[in-house]
Amino acid sequence: MPRITYIQHDGAEQVVDVKSGLSVMEGAVKSNIPNIDADCGGACACATCHVYVDADWIAKVGPASPMEASMLDFADNVADNSRLSCQIKVRDELDGLIVRLPESQT
Amino acid sequence: MSDTEAHVVILGAGHAGGTAAALLRAYGHAGPITLIGEEPIPPYQRPPLSKAWLKGEADADSLALKPLEFYAESDIDFRPSVSAVELSRGSKTVKLSDGSALNYDVLIIATGARAIALPVAGAELDGVLFLRTAADAEGLKAALGPGKRMAVVGGGYIGLEAAASGRALSADVVVIEREARLLARVADPVLSDFFRAYHESRGVEFMLGASVTGFTGEAGKVTGVTLTDGRTIACDVALVGVGAAPNDEIARDSGLECARGVVVNLEARTSDASIYAIGDVAHRPLPLYDRMFRLESVPNALEQAKQAASSITGRPAPTAETPWFWSDQYDLKLQIAGMAFDADRILVRGDVAGAKFAVFHLKGDQVQAVEAVNAPAEFMAGRQLIQNRKAVSPAKLADSTISMKEVAA
Repeated sequence: MPRITYIQHDGAEQVVDVKSGLSVMEGAVKSNIPNIDADCGGACACATCHVYVDADWIAKVGPASPMEASMLDFADNVADNSRLSCQIKVRDELDGLIVRLPESQT
Repeated sequence: MSDTEAHVVILGAGHAGGTAAALLRAYGHAGPITLIGEEPIPPYQRPPLSKAWLKGEADADSLALKPLEFYAESDIDFRPSVSAVELSRGSKTVKLSDGSALNYDVLIIATGARAIALPVAGAELDGVLFLRTAADAEGLKAALGPGKRMAVVGGGYIGLEAAASGRALSADVVVIEREARLLARVADPVLSDFFRAYHESRGVEFMLGASVTGFTGEAGKVTGVTLTDGRTIACDVALVGVGAAPNDEIARDSGLECARGVVVNLEARTSDASIYAIGDVAHRPLPLYDRMFRLESVPNALEQAKQAASSITGRPAPTAETPWFWSDQYDLKLQIAGMAFDADRILVRGDVAGAKFAVFHLKGDQVQAVEAVNAPAEFMAGRQLIQNRKAVSPAKLADSTISMKEVAA
């Protein structure tokens, strides 16, 4: 199972196995990782599951859809490597992925 | 109140109750927490029931707010398949449907709402369904498929989402609505017309201004819906989506102040200082609109769960949020922020025919609400404008060549 590292804004790190097919957000929720609230449950409607994708992984993760990019435009603490974790589907090639949480999600 | 040893009993294990239990632990509550749920499964996301669930893309596991182990690991006593039947505030006791009783120090009423039944003949027939719980969704899913015909009574969000899912499963769908337009109580006519046309182009049939007088059946199973004009609409399954009523009887019977639901303040506290009410059952203040209202939405459930958990653990009350909602139908994402109260004009931005637009409800130069279809920037910027009570230039807002960033700046 792909292994994903979630790093909180304060540096606390959790490494969990996430089944392929789930989203990076769902992986966090199922492992009780805090501060990825996902109010809308993954409908790309709320921007409460914002993460920064580690530089080494950006190419593999791929770009945000236009819908997601528009949501991110109005989120807090947005950077070039910002994504909504509900829109990143976990697959084998993302084994080792590292994501960091923004200051607005603490 | 901040008694970290208090026994908190939560009645209702939906989105509100489940979230409150988890937040109480996250906020450091050390006392016992008991979570009472009527359904056999732990708290889960309801919105996908009318969408992903019907299409077979979600199940109880994938929708769970937390995995079942979470409750034991967090020392939350989750009790499924049981409900509260009586509340005695004097003795701080709740009687449960299994005959047992629980003492509480703090009570959270999160009993939600139930689908309203049509008071007509044949409503008890097999195949006359509601869509509120995972079990309801499973029943509806089993009844849909190629060649099946679904009659949806009620052209609100549930009905339209189910209609879209029904079409995705190649079922024939007819929607019967009492009012002259869809979404009559919850959306602007621009949206009503847009959704009607979008659904019609995908094969959904509409009967507007049509009242249901009953259901016909054979061998106990529904075969049709009868209308006031005498017509009978044949169907294999009928979905009734005509609104929901709060499950507030236990609160009313115990003498708690109730209006359209259990009356609470911005801490989600009721007229009894030891009792909170959150989610669909609560009649709550909307400070941005200077009135009380009962909201049925996930963001409302989450906000009030935060208010109650903050109050119980002695945290400052969270900032009041702008109400918001969403609905997914086909490839359409509808996002709504705010409430259209007191608006004196509407303004349409974007391309309605191209299915990418937003309807802004303005009171003077103030945005009261925005309904955005495939227009996330309009939704996000609108939500911030409502939250910050910021004035806008209507001329700029109507001009879609000017970005929402600039409009909201």
